[in-house]
Amino acid sequence: MLIDWFTVIAQAVNFLILVWLLKRFLYQPILKAVDAREKRIAAELASAAEKEADAIREQEAFARKNAEFDRQRKTLLEQAKAEAAAEHHRLTEEARMDVAALRERQYSMLHGEFQNLRTEVSRRTMNEVFAIARQTLGDLADDTLQARMVDVFMRRLHELGASEKQTLSASLQASPDPVLVRSAFELPQAQREQVEAAIRATFGAGASTRFEVESGLISGIELLMQGHKIAWSLDSYLAEMEQGLNALLKTQQPAQKGTEQK
Amino acid sequence: MHLSTDEIILWQHGFFKLNLTIVTTWGLMLLLAVGAKLVTRNLTHEVQTTRWQSLLEVIVITIRKQIEEVGLRQPEKYLGFIGTLFLFIAIANIFTIFPGYEPPTGSLSTTTALALLVFVAVPFYAIRERGLRGYLKTFAEPTLVMLPFNVISELSHTLALAVRLFGNMMSGSMILAILLIVTPFIFPMVMSLLGLLTGMVQAYIFSVLATVFIAAAAGTSETPIDDKP
Repeated sequence: MLIDWFTVIAQAVNFLILVWLLKRFLYQPILKAVDAREKRIAAELASAAEKEADAIREQEAFARKNAEFDRQRKTLLEQAKAEAAAEHHRLTEEARMDVAALRERQYSMLHGEFQNLRTEVSRRTMNEVFAIARQTLGDLADDTLQARMVDVFMRRLHELGASEKQTLSASLQASPDPVLVRSAFELPQAQREQVEAAIRATFGAGASTRFEVESGLISGIELLMQGHKIAWSLDSYLAEMEQGLNALLKTQQPAQKGTEQK
Repeated sequence: MHLSTDEIILWQHGFFKLNLTIVTTWGLMLLLAVGAKLVTRNLTHEVQTTRWQSLLEVIVITIRKQIEEVGLRQPEKYLGFIGTLFLFIAIANIFTIFPGYEPPTGSLSTTTALALLVFVAVPFYAIRERGLRGYLKTFAEPTLVMLPFNVISELSHTLALAVRLFGNMMSGSMILAILLIVTPFIFPMVMSLLGLLTGMVQAYIFSVLATVFIAAAAGTSETPIDDKP
């Protein structure tokens, strides 16, 4: 017989014992370990998910802050640009005003130099005219220019008005000082005597005369007494010439300013 | 030559006897219990585990998954019985690679015992799930006329299981023994390898069929019963 019933019973019992043994030593411990590990992994995953959520929140907060920062930076940049433009405008205006002031100052300096140059030109012109006139008079006559000047001077004395003569005589008598005759050159004795005679004839016999040389007169002779002065020199002619020259320059200057402004 | 290891009696006293089947089964029981105890005594809950723990976890979880796939929603309840069925049959068959070893599953008494246990386990789990009245009602479905057929079907399941396991195990062992006599060299080794494969397949089929029967009776499965060899 193939089936031994005792063995069947024994094997069934053996198998049930094996079921109990394996339940106790295999399935329960293994399943517990697996469950514990799964729980632990689930907890770790949950923790990781929570951390990820935190990270996402922080990232969003950071992005918001970044956007706010960008906005503020843009605002500040625009403000700085506006301030820079205003400063640029102010500095440009300041520079323009400085340039205008500098130009004005340069113009003044040029004007002064022009005046000096004109004075120098006048002075040289006078000297040249004097030299030319003296040379011309010297060439034309035997007499010297000085003699002609003295003649002219004496003629002027003679031609003085009666009231002038009276006023000058009164002042001459009231002062003990002699009449001062200044000339640009040393007068020869003959001419001195002629001058003294003319003075005495004009202002009275008591008038004494003193002669001085004044090179600044250029070419001429003058009489000084008690604050009064009678003179003849090339200066008077030259002064007229200078006035004419000034008038001519004044008419030219406005025209020049007009062209500079353009 | 012995047809069954039951015939090799080591000790006998009246009805009680100690044959090779029982002794080999004890050896396997000892091996399984001690091995399980040795591995599970230092179980770790960490992600990094020992190789033996990983191996046992793979085995246990795979069995549980198989039970769940058949249709039992709480596989932990059935893991003890069905898992032990698989492990016992598988280990008993794998050891055929050792010369001189006679698998206890090659004994019709053992396979009958296992089939009877499945036969008992089916109504046991069914009653636990549905209650006694619910279980008995399944025999009258779809109509009362089907009652005798359902009873016969239930008995034939058990007989089929027992004979299937016995036939396969015994035939494998016998073919191997015969081939060893006829061609004592290369060919038996190939057959031995084939025997290993069929042993594992038998363990798998026996366990899955037991699960299917239990699932069908417990009423938690939509899977149709497929009575395969």
